[in-house]
Formats: sequence, C-alpha cells, structure tokens
Amino acid sequence: MLSRVADSVYWMARYVERAENVARFIDVNHNLTLGEGTTIAEQWAPLVSITGDDELFVEHYQDASRENVLQFLTFDQRNPNSILSCISFARENARRIRETITALMWQQINEFYLLVNRAARQGLSLAEPNDFCDAVKRASHTLLGITDATMSHGEPWHFKRMGRLMERADKTSRIVDVQYFLLLPSADDVGTTLDVVRWSALLRSASALAMYRREHGRITPNQVANFLILDRHFPRSMRFCLMKAQDSMMQITGSHGGTFSCRSEQHLGRLRTELDYTSIDDIIRQGMHEYIDAFQTRLNEIGNAIHEDFFTLPQGSTDATTAPVQQEA
Amino acid sequence: MNYCLAGYDEMFVAEGEPRPSCKDFFERLSLIDDAELRARQQAAELNLHNMGITFNVYGHADGTEKVWPFDLLPRIIDDREWSRVEQGLKQRIHALNLFISDVYNDQKIIKDGVVPAELMRTASAYRRQMEGFTPPEGVWCHVSGVDLVRDEDGSIYVLEDNLRCPSGVSYVLENRELMKRAFAQVFDGVSVAPIEEYPEQLLQTLLDCAPANTDSATAVVLTPGIYNSAYFEHTFLAQQMGVELVQGSDLVVESGFVYMKTTHGLKRVDVIYRRIDDDFLDPACFREDSCLGVKGLMEAYRLGNVALANAPGTGIADDKAVYAYVPQIIKYYLNEEAILDNVPTYLCSDEKQCEYVLSHLHELVVKPTNESGGYGILMGPQATQEERDAYVGLICSNPRNYIAQPMLRLSTVPTLIDDSLQPRHVDLRPFVLCGKEIYVMPGGLTRVALNEGSMVVNSSQGGGSKDTWVLKHHRGAPLDPCCHSN
Repeated sequence: MLSRVADSVYWMARYVERAENVARFIDVNHNLTLGEGTTIAEQWAPLVSITGDDELFVEHYQDASRENVLQFLTFDQRNPNSILSCISFARENARRIRETITALMWQQINEFYLLVNRAARQGLSLAEPNDFCDAVKRASHTLLGITDATMSHGEPWHFKRMGRLMERADKTSRIVDVQYFLLLPSADDVGTTLDVVRWSALLRSASALAMYRREHGRITPNQVANFLILDRHFPRSMRFCLMKAQDSMMQITGSHGGTFSCRSEQHLGRLRTELDYTSIDDIIRQGMHEYIDAFQTRLNEIGNAIHEDFFTLPQGSTDATTAPVQQEA
Repeated sequence: MNYCLAGYDEMFVAEGEPRPSCKDFFERLSLIDDAELRARQQAAELNLHNMGITFNVYGHADGTEKVWPFDLLPRIIDDREWSRVEQGLKQRIHALNLFISDVYNDQKIIKDGVVPAELMRTASAYRRQMEGFTPPEGVWCHVSGVDLVRDEDGSIYVLEDNLRCPSGVSYVLENRELMKRAFAQVFDGVSVAPIEEYPEQLLQTLLDCAPANTDSATAVVLTPGIYNSAYFEHTFLAQQMGVELVQGSDLVVESGFVYMKTTHGLKRVDVIYRRIDDDFLDPACFREDSCLGVKGLMEAYRLGNVALANAPGTGIADDKAVYAYVPQIIKYYLNEEAILDNVPTYLCSDEKQCEYVLSHLHELVVKPTNESGGYGILMGPQATQEERDAYVGLICSNPRNYIAQPMLRLSTVPTLIDDSLQPRHVDLRPFVLCGKEIYVMPGGLTRVALNEGSMVVNSSQGGGSKDTWVLKHHRGAPLDPCCHSN
C-alpha cells in the first residue's frame, strides 16, 4: 500500500482512540466527583496531566476548575488533544484515504465528527457530561465494529490496528501513572473506603471493573496495576495492546515470531517480550512512575521507528498539503 | 397542483398533462402527499450530510466542504430519444479522437482547408510536445462529459464537449443510490436504465490502454489533493474501481518507468487516470513550478511505459472555437452528418462574425474559448451596459479568445421548492468512455438552477442536481393504490 495512505490510516485510528480515551477520563472523573466533599470534587487538574498538556492548559486558563478542564478537554480547538480536535484530525485523515477505507467506515467517522461538532455548538452540559462521553465512546466502538466487519484484514487494516493499539497502550499507561500517584500519596491511605472507590474508578475508566472482578475479586492496588499493565487477555491492558500490535506488525512485514526485519519491529518485539517476562512486583520495586515513564519513552521510540520504516517517503519532499494530519503523542 | 409551465418542460406537455414517458411516474407521484414528499426530501438531505458527499469551495479557510443540493424529483428521458443521443455522442467522440490524432500528426484536415491552421496555432490547449505522438488505441479522450441542453423548441444541442477532466459522475452514481433509499416506492416496477456499471466500464477503459508489455496492469487515479474541488469524486472513483488514489508526491519516475511509493518499496504503475491539468502533469515538460505532478512522467509516457487518461493535448478539441467546427470535423472523418446539433456559434476571430457579435451583445452569450466551469462568461441580455462595453474592449483586443452564442432558454423540470413543485431550468452532462469501445452511461448528470428563472446550474452559483432516468417507453404494470397508502 502507499506509504502516505498507511500513514493516514495509522493516524486516523490513533486520533479516534485518543478521543475515546479523553471521553473515558472525563466520564469517570465526573462520576467520582459526584457526591463527594471538596477535596475530590476539585480534582480536575489530574485529567490534564493524563493527556500531558499541562503547559498548554496553564497558558490558556486561570485555574483547573471543572468548567475549564471540561472545556479544554472536549471542545477547545487550541488543544490539539481535545475531543473535537482529535475527531477533526481523524476525519481529515479519513478524508484523505476515503478510497482505502470502506464507505460505511467513512460514514461513521463523518457522523462521529458531526456529533461532536453539534455538541460543541450547543455547548456541553457541564452538569451532565456523561451523555456526551457515552456517545463518543459508542461512536468509537461502532467504528471499530464497522471496520472489523467491512474492511479486509489486510495491510491497511493492520496499520489501522497498530495505530489504535499504540495509542491505547499509551493512554492506559498514563492513566495508571497519574492515578497511582494520586491514590497512593502515602501508604497509610491503603485500605480505606475512599481508596476502593477510587481504584474502582480507575478500573472503570478503562471499562475494566467487571473483567477485573472476575479475574481477581477484591480490589487491591497492586492487582489493579497488574491487571491494567500486564493482563494477557484484557483488551485495554498495556501488554495486550503490545501483543496485538506486534501481531499486526508481523502481518505487515511478513516476519516470523522471534525475528525482526526493521527497527520498529525490533523495538516493538523487545518491549512486548519484556512485558511477557515482568511481574508486578518487579514494577513496584522499580517504582511505578519510573517504570511507566520508561515505558512511554520506549513507546515513542517505536512510534518514531514506525514512521521511518513505513511512512517516510524514500525521496522527494513532503509538503504541507499532502502530509497526513498528525502531531506527536 | 399549481405548476405553471414556462417554455419546454421535461415532464409536462401542458399543465397537469404529463408526457407519455412520464405518465407512470406522475401517477405514482400523485399518490404521495406534499408532507410526505417534503419528509423524503429531508431524509435525502440528511443522508447526503451523513455520507459526507461534499464538494470543496475555493477561497474559504473554514467550512470549505459543502453539500451539493439534491432534488428528489428525477429528470426523465424517453429511451427512444436517448438512443439517438447515445448514437450522437458516440459519433462525436469517435470523430474527435480522429481529429486530435490528425492534428498532432499529419494535419490533413488543415491541409484540406476544413479547419484553419491559424486556429490551431493560436489554441492555448495545443501541446506541441505531443506532435508526432499517437496514444495506445488512438484514444485521446478516454473520459468525456458532454454538456447538452434542450432549447424552447424541444431540440437537444451540444453546448460543450468537456474532454479534459470532466467531473460529476460520482454525483450521478450517488444520486441514484440516494433515490433508491429515499424514494423506493417510485422506483418499484419502473424500468430505469442502470448506471451502476460505470466504475467497471471506467476500469476496463483504463486497462484497455495499458502498455502492451504488461501482463496485469496497475491503474491509479492521480489527484491534485484534498483541496481540489472534485476531491470527493477522485476518492469515490478510486474506491469504486479498487485502485490506489495517488498524489504527485506518491509517484516517482525511474529509468523511464513510473512507480508508486509503498510500504514495501516501489511498485510499477501502468495506467494513470489523471485529474490534473496538462500544465501541472510534469514540471520537466510543462510548467516548471508545478508541485502537483511527477517529474519525468511525460518521458515515460512518450516511451510508452505508462498510459495517461485523458491524453495530454486532448484539450485542443475542447477549445470553444474548435467546437464550432465539430459538425465539419464529423463530416470530414466519418462522412456522416452530425446527429447532435451544435448551438449556433459566432467566432470572433472571423471579422464578419465578430462585427455581428459586437452589434448584438445584448442578445448573445459571450464565452472565452479556453475556460470551463462558467468562468469569464457574459450573459448579454442580463448584463448592464457597462459590462457589455467592457466585453467590447476584451473581444477587440483578443478576438481569437471569444465566441458568442444565442441565449438559449433551457428546458425545465419540476423541482421541490419549499412545499410545492416548480419548474426549474436544467442541463444534462452524459459521460462517455472511450477505450477499445465507446460506452455511454445512460442519462448522466442533471444539474438544476434552483433559483427561479435562473439558467446558471453551476454548483458554486445556486445549482443543485437530480437523478436522471432513462425510462423504457412501454407502460409498466398498472399501479395498485393500496400499496402506497401507508
């Protein structure tokens, strides 16, 4: 397939996944802050940290009030990671490759975009952002279903899946990082009622609560981290994302397991294997934040290598009008 | 129904009296009340919106995508009349291909004094780079979108040949889909000539022209990119044919062959359906400042290693001054009379005709010879005296650049305006494909001027589109009103 098209498919998928994750963060934080006293009710700043846009936020807003954070994350076009920006970028990428994706996929992305735009025009009901967040999640899942059911599972599909999973791995790692830090300010807090509520919220933001319960029953911080980082079967865990991303990579390159044919494949295989042979105790010993920080750095390396191996044109220049719509994670 | 006829109407002979070909449709339509009709029109519009079927408007930074208005009521053409049109179009395209080959090679038609040499020398679409060249199968215009209009007297005229990059066929195909969804009950039981095979025919036409030495040819669609006004159509056609949609930057020429840059390295390209003007195709051959094209493409083309559709230089037959000679061109190459009439045309390059034009500007339409899309046109009867005076200056300073035609009164079709049916003027652009054989899509794109009394059908100026039905003339089974009462 064309390098330019692969690039656009990959980013289209990443942006849809990013929009979905922002909706998840908002949704869960909103639920968490309902019926709580002031300490938690004011905790909207961490959401900005999860998306990694603290600097940009401070530049445009006075304080991390609920209104400001919600506006920033949903409809602020100055924020390239707002839901509106993400879905606009996703659609713009889709528009560039309308011949590659199926008509039903295009229609779903277009309707997704119209939905978010309409909400942006009407303004979000700040009291009840859940409806909007639900709609965003549902639109994203519908797209996923349509894509899997209507698009041939060939090379473009695998680039699509790789983009989606790379993004998801990144977002899950960010949410674990930030929440872990907030939830465990001191060892004394472990085991309180509040603690269970927050850890459940963390699981719920990844739609992981029910699956976690089945697997581990009671909620303990280490098991929650274990589940979101290392679970083999849960589709939003970091390890699962890398396993499946590697599958797609091998389908694209034609390599066999345990070998590699390019740098991105090498890095991806290495990181995935490390997760295979890591236990949660190893991670805790190293320090959660340090571990996730290193993980994100390496994820970015893989992303850069994917660009160089597959998207960068062998020669000629890329001008602004033909380059896919993207910005780094 | 209060429908006042003004001039020739495609559906009605007189008020309340449909043409025989439209009788079935009219009966079905009468069973649908206004509210229902309105609801269906809205459903169709919502569909368009959701499907993101848009065109781009130049000069707007924001909201550049517009949905092209679609009108629910089809334009109906009797298939007996259509078969004459089809013959006429085939004849025309056949003759024009022979003409272009001749012009770039032996120039017999010029030597025989049928077309003046001066006309060729001064045509801005003439490409001397093509001299001595004949494309595969002798085909220059693989895809044409000939504009037809019907005048008050009921006869059909060719208005323009559009041999370069005519657009609109994607709307024809999408409009049909839309109609089937929004208006299924009127479709049921009528025999509308199918148009769905167009993408297949287009692919065949392209592969017909592939270089002879390739086993399984790879075709692509070459687009100027996402900001082009017809970008939707480019993606649509590539998708329907299952070929890659490429931009100039995706292609590279090495050792006289054209390749596309893929995730697995370079892949050979054999046929390019290009939607880029000649001037921008290859900076090494045409405009040096083009960043849309591919350096070395023309060299590969002349070597016969890649086919281009339409062929560079085809525009020579699309010059509006050359248009005036098409009846003679048909006579010269085919020894036949033209089946489809030209609109009477005055060439300002001819001193006598120019004199007539200058003294009759108030009743003529003046057009530049090498523009398309309605640019630079003077509508004499509607223009102000100042505007007409300005054209006197323009014409006198470059007579070769202008032609004039009488103002036609285009036929009308009932169109849903607010809650009632009103006559609106239309034209028709059938699409003709020419590979080893010539294929004419039944019907074509009907554009409609939505503003009352307007004859301007362009999408940028209040135009919309309609589905076009070529209908079998025999009457279908009688209608059972019960089927439509829900």
